[in-house]
Amino acid sequence: MDARRNWQDLPDAEGRFGSYGGRYVAETLMPLVLDLERAYRDAQADPAFAATMADFWTHYVGRPSPLYFAERMTEHFGAAKIYFKRDELNHTGAHKINNCLGQVLLALRMGKTRIIAETGAGQHGVATATICARLGLPCVVFMGATDIERQKPNVFRMKLLGAEVRPVTSGAATLKDAMNEALRDWVTNVADTFYCIGTAAGPHPYPEMVRDFQSVIGREARAQILEREGRLPDAVMACIGGGSNAIGLFHPFIADENVRLIGVEAAGRGIDARFEHSAAINGGRPGVLHGNRTYLLQNEDGQILEGHSISAGLDYPGVGPEHSYLSDIGRAQYLSATDDEALEAFKLCARLEGILPALEPSHALARLGDVAREVGKGGIVIMNLCGRGDKDVFTVAEALGVTL
Amino acid sequence: MSVRLASRFDALKREGRAGLVAYVMASDPDHETCFEILRGLPTAGADVIELGFPFTDPMADGPSIQKAALRALKAGGSLTRTLDLARRFRETDKDTPLILMGYANPIESMGYAPFAEAMHACGADGVIIVDLPPEEDTALRAAFDAHGLSIIRLATPTTDDNRLTKVLDGASGFLYYVSVAGVTGANAATADAVRAAVSRLKRATQLPVAVGFGVREPEAAREIARTADAVVVGSAFVDEIAAAPGPEAVERVLRKVRILSEAVRQAREPGRAMEGTPA
Repeated sequence: MDARRNWQDLPDAEGRFGSYGGRYVAETLMPLVLDLERAYRDAQADPAFAATMADFWTHYVGRPSPLYFAERMTEHFGAAKIYFKRDELNHTGAHKINNCLGQVLLALRMGKTRIIAETGAGQHGVATATICARLGLPCVVFMGATDIERQKPNVFRMKLLGAEVRPVTSGAATLKDAMNEALRDWVTNVADTFYCIGTAAGPHPYPEMVRDFQSVIGREARAQILEREGRLPDAVMACIGGGSNAIGLFHPFIADENVRLIGVEAAGRGIDARFEHSAAINGGRPGVLHGNRTYLLQNEDGQILEGHSISAGLDYPGVGPEHSYLSDIGRAQYLSATDDEALEAFKLCARLEGILPALEPSHALARLGDVAREVGKGGIVIMNLCGRGDKDVFTVAEALGVTL
Repeated sequence: MSVRLASRFDALKREGRAGLVAYVMASDPDHETCFEILRGLPTAGADVIELGFPFTDPMADGPSIQKAALRALKAGGSLTRTLDLARRFRETDKDTPLILMGYANPIESMGYAPFAEAMHACGADGVIIVDLPPEEDTALRAAFDAHGLSIIRLATPTTDDNRLTKVLDGASGFLYYVSVAGVTGANAATADAVRAAVSRLKRATQLPVAVGFGVREPEAAREIARTADAVVVGSAFVDEIAAAPGPEAVERVLRKVRILSEAVRQAREPGRAMEGTPA
């Protein structure tokens, strides 16, 4: 396919990945996203910006994260060798901080004096609050009232870090409503505010920018596996909500056509007409929401559906536009795992590897055996363990019927 | 370009007054009550009707219109039902321009060409799509041009001169000036700021300029109507429905429309165009 030659040049000047992406925002915000794009290009061209990022990565975030040979998981499946990219060992316990660091440094460069963010499970909110504390910027995090109730520890963490957590009661009071409310704040506070989006979605240049900041995951993994095994992996895997950890892992491998790129969506209670899942690619169709054209959960009238996942971090009705494109052209493959499968994988990883994974990567773990067997003995699979499970112990206990 | 919009704004200019653009949400609080409101709007003084179509995620709207969308969806509202209301309205009124306003996804979902055909068939005149900036509306414009329908573009306090050129390229019907950076129904802009913005926009375009966002009271509407070609009011009407979401909503909304229409009509001396406004 000719399109494949252009993979690394995407998005195009209009922020398109094929027919996905774009800038579907209110006119008030258009000058702001155009300005953001100019500022990002300027930062990209400035070695000092990269140097500042690298310094924070090494000394504050704790990068590079290890590439760990999961020996007992490998034995358990008896097929391909399994490696975990350990992004759960980052400061704040997930990959989210890679992106927040980049965006908040960019905000400072642009002279912005106030940061806003949306959060679902609270991981992006905590990461944003963390970087804002470190860089001395006020931070307002929009969070659905329903999620605030479900994720009390993270709400308290954000407050300890000095952020203001603003409850959102509109709509269903979950992540997409928090994003709506953040957009409403941004359109109102156009002069001083920087909107730090948590996933590789939103209007251009966010999907590209978040991908670039998260690509440190894939760059490290690629170098680490070459050093360790002397060759590239056969497959790289990650869970997909909006898809920021996945695109960060995939992107540096995208031109390596023999490396399979595999995303795993949240199938919730099953991908069917009830829409009790968050699998936008497997169970949705293209539409426009939150600034970009992408696969969405929607009804026949184009109304957005809430979806469901046991993992609050995957519980979003859309997906980053680059994933929609990679799926359509067949470069990446998108599987899914149900709540129950993710829970089983969570338990398996805890017992075999002594690692409590977050419920998000537990979805990727749930398809790991299948992929390892497809790749077969002698092959190599890298899975991004993008978050740790401490935040999820209450949810898991409840799902397993255990009272703490 | 919609013929109905053009002739309505021509007529307003001849009368030497600004128009009132009245916004209501389709199917709010239910289809039939909404139809009764629509039917009464022209007599109550609405010069142009802006009919919102509901969307689950109205990210540029304040609480009033967010709640209206939820009421409408609960009542079974949709883009299809909105077009049906527009068709029924057009059977009762051949002259009052009616434009749809909402978000891109229901239209994406229907498809641009089928949407343009349905708009034409039901006698609607144009559309305002909040999250479809000029960069993204090329395909819809092509579908609309075939039927003489207008895409109404928005200018805002963040629109600089460069941006304004982009906004005006392909604009049709009228130019909607969003007078405050913010969501619908929030704070109002000062009269001075609006006056300055309108005269700047009028230097850049021949299109009529309508001003909206945050206009709730007759005083504010009167002030804007001194310089703008039209005043857009929405949340104030929608709030009347929220206060009494039954059959009595019809009279409540229409009474509010009469009050605002009167304010708009009295804004200028009869027969005299305003200073700085081309006569």
